[in-house]
Amino acid sequence: MWAFIKKHSSPKYFYRLSGRLIPWFGWFCLAFMVTGLYYGLIEAPPDYQQKDSYRIMFVHVPAAWMSMFIYMVMAVSGAIGLIWRIKLADVIAASSAPIGASFTFLALATGALWGKPMWGAWWVWDARLTSELILLFLYLGVIALNSAIEDKRTASRASAILALVGVVNIPIIHYSVEWWNTLHQGATITKMSAPSIHISMLIPLLLMAVAFKLYYATVVLMRARCEVLERERNSSWVQELASDSQSK
Amino acid sequence: MASDFSTFYIFLKRDLTLAYRHRSELANPLLFFVIVISLFPLGISPESKVLQGIAPGVIWVAALLAAMLSLDSLFRSDFEDGSLEQMALSSRSLSLLVLAKVLAHWLVTGLPLILLAPFLGVLLFLPESAMWTLIATLALGTPILSLVGAIGVALTVGLRRGGVLLSLLVLPLYIPVLIFAAGAVNEAARGFPVAGQLYFLGALLSLSLTLSPFATAAAVRISLS
Repeated sequence: MWAFIKKHSSPKYFYRLSGRLIPWFGWFCLAFMVTGLYYGLIEAPPDYQQKDSYRIMFVHVPAAWMSMFIYMVMAVSGAIGLIWRIKLADVIAASSAPIGASFTFLALATGALWGKPMWGAWWVWDARLTSELILLFLYLGVIALNSAIEDKRTASRASAILALVGVVNIPIIHYSVEWWNTLHQGATITKMSAPSIHISMLIPLLLMAVAFKLYYATVVLMRARCEVLERERNSSWVQELASDSQSK
Repeated sequence: MASDFSTFYIFLKRDLTLAYRHRSELANPLLFFVIVISLFPLGISPESKVLQGIAPGVIWVAALLAAMLSLDSLFRSDFEDGSLEQMALSSRSLSLLVLAKVLAHWLVTGLPLILLAPFLGVLLFLPESAMWTLIATLALGTPILSLVGAIGVALTVGLRRGGVLLSLLVLPLYIPVLIFAAGAVNEAARGFPVAGQLYFLGALLSLSLTLSPFATAAAVRISLS
C-alpha cells in the first residue's frame, strides 16, 4: 500500500499522469458546462418571482460550493503533506489556494450582481455573505503566507498549519456570524425562500456543479504541473525533459 | 530534572523579567489603544448618544488591533538570539514552553488593557451597567487573542517583514471573539442578560487554550527549519 502511494505520488509519475488526464477533464468540463448553460439559460423556465435574473444562480451557487470544497481540499492535502511529507500533497495545496480564492471572489461578485436587482443593494451584511467574505480573507492569508516564505517546502508546511487552523475556525466563524446577524436584524428578505427547487432548475444546477468540479480538476492539475517542474527543477528527470524539448 | 510545572514557572518568570527590563516597550500597545479610541470621537461626533452606541465595538476593535500589534515581540528576540532554537531542541515539550511564553505575554499586554478599558469606556459614555461586562469580556477574550495570535506569530517570525502579513493571517481568526464580546457589551448596555455570550467566550477560550499551544509549537518548528 505504502509503496503504491509512494510510486503514484512521485512528482515524475504525477507529471506524466496529469499530462494525460488534463485533456479528459478539460473536454468533459466543457461538455458539462455547455449543456448546463444551455439547460440553465435557455431551457429552464423563468422563475415566477425573480423572472430571468435568477439564472445567475447557475454560476453563483456552484462557485460558492467550490469555494468551500477547495478549502477542504487545501486543508486535507496540507495535512497529508505535514504528516506524511508527501511532496505532491504540498503541491496540490499550494496550487489550490489561488483557485479557491477566485471561486470565492466569483461567488461574492455574482452574489452582488444578483443582490442589486433582488434586494436593491450590492451588499448586505447577511450571515452567508459575511462568512463568504471571511473565507476569502482566509484564502488570501494562506496565499500571502505561501508567497512570503521563500523556501517552498517551508512555505507549504506553514500554510498547511494556517489552513488547518482555518478549518477549525470556519464553523466557529460561520455560526458566530449567523448568531451575530440574527441579533442585529431579524429574518429579512435575504433568505432564499424557495421551498424546494424545481427539477428543471435542479438539473442544470447539478450539471454546472459537476462542470465547476471538472474545471477545478483541470486547472489544479495544470498549476500543479508547473509547480512540480519548478520545485523539481534540479532533478534529473526535469533536466531530461527540458533537454528533450530543446532538441526537438 | 525539573518537573513540567517548574519548567513552566521558570519560563514564565524569565519572560516576565525580560518584559520588566524593557518596560518602556510595554507601554506602546497601551498608548496605541488609547490613541485609537480617542480618534473616534474626533472622527465621528462628540455626542454622547452616538458614542454610546459605538463604544463596545470601538473598544473591542481597538483591543484587537492593540493585541495584534503587541504580538510581534512574542517570539522575535528569542528567535533572533537563538534561544527559541534551544527551546525547540530541549527535551521539554515545546507546547508547554510556548504556553508559558503566551501567558507571560498576556500578563504584560492583555492584563493592562483590561485595567485601562473602564476608563476608556467612560470616555465613550459607556453605561456603567455595561462596565463589568466589558471587563469580563476582555478578561475572557484577550487570552484568546494572545493564544490564536501566537500561531500567526510563530508562522511569520522567520520573515523579515512579517508585520502586515501577521495582521492578514490573524485578524480573520479574531472575528468570532469580536462578535461575541462586542455583542455581550452591547446587550449589557441595553440591560439584557449576557451569560450566553460569556459562556461562548469561555468555550472559545478553553478551545484555544487546549489546541493553540500545539499548533504554535508546530509552527515554531517550521519557522526554525
